[in-house]
Amino acid sequence: MLNVVWAGMILISLICALATGKMSALSEAVFSGAQNAVELSLAMAGAMMAWTGFLKAAEAAGATSLLASILRPGVRRLLPGCRPGGKAEQAVCMNLTANLLGLGNAATPMGIEAMHALSEEHGGRGVSRGMARFVVLNTASLQLLPTTLGALRAAAGSAHPFDILPAIWITSALSLAAALTVLFVWERFHG
Amino acid sequence: MGDWASFLVPVFLGLLVLAAVCRHVPVFELFSEGAKEGLHACVSLLPVLTGLLLAISMLQASGALELAASWVQPFASLVGLPAETVPLALLKPVSGSGSTALLAQLLESEGPDSFSGRVASVLAGSTETAFYCIAVYFGAVREKGNAGILLAALAGHLVSCLCAGLVIRLFF
Repeated sequence: MLNVVWAGMILISLICALATGKMSALSEAVFSGAQNAVELSLAMAGAMMAWTGFLKAAEAAGATSLLASILRPGVRRLLPGCRPGGKAEQAVCMNLTANLLGLGNAATPMGIEAMHALSEEHGGRGVSRGMARFVVLNTASLQLLPTTLGALRAAAGSAHPFDILPAIWITSALSLAAALTVLFVWERFHG
Repeated sequence: MGDWASFLVPVFLGLLVLAAVCRHVPVFELFSEGAKEGLHACVSLLPVLTGLLLAISMLQASGALELAASWVQPFASLVGLPAETVPLALLKPVSGSGSTALLAQLLESEGPDSFSGRVASVLAGSTETAFYCIAVYFGAVREKGNAGILLAALAGHLVSCLCAGLVIRLFF
């Protein structure tokens, strides 16, 4: 997918520059763009490391299990077929917690584990309601602390990198509500 | 707004360190370990970021980006999105690293605290790489997702695109 997009971007800019006579600007842009990427990575590395460092400590200090226990009642209502206290429920809670804390790298393996456990509880075949709902939860962003975003905004010189958080939370919540509503309506018509 | 947010982060960090110390957690060691993971994430993002920022800067220099923005402007203003953020809204459900590169470019050219910079931040922070997510999770259990899941994910994405501009106008 990205292969086609990327090749397309390069070819389109070549054609466009030929048509507009901006060839010299284009040839400059190749290397300034690459240079930009390195500068950006350096600029965001500090903030990024600070966040991942603090969150690692938070995990060990019990933030993860605290959040997981807060989430558990909600998860039970959302995944009715799920065995209470079972492996699937545990993995789902851990995945959602990692998402909330912005630990994207940890969230995916736990999510895959959750899918395996949910599939097992469903008899190993087909897509259960629980599986569908869990994936939809994951397609909506549940981050309380979008770490990469904060680092990027700080690198770009934002006065308050995190002042957009409330706006993000509201937008996230609305988008999650819309996604779940559509899924519930679909469930009603398709069993 | 800014004042409120400037309390949030230090207080959160203070509580965290306090909890860690109370629980006798080796807080500094864990911090360094986590920071290492963050560094790895940055480094592994760099090659992708280089490729994409290079291509985006070529598009910009050639004038193609301006042209495309003028085409999508009418549709974008219909949903209340600034034209610059449209490529991000389109790419976000498909590619995480791609949209990170787009966002970085946009924040730099428009400014992180500008209207379109803020809308782009909300777009990036309030949606997930939905198609990628569906592919990975259902691929892991060798199942195909159903149309309902796809529709739900699309509806979620559409709503965050619709809300991003509105919410920023409301808050700032």
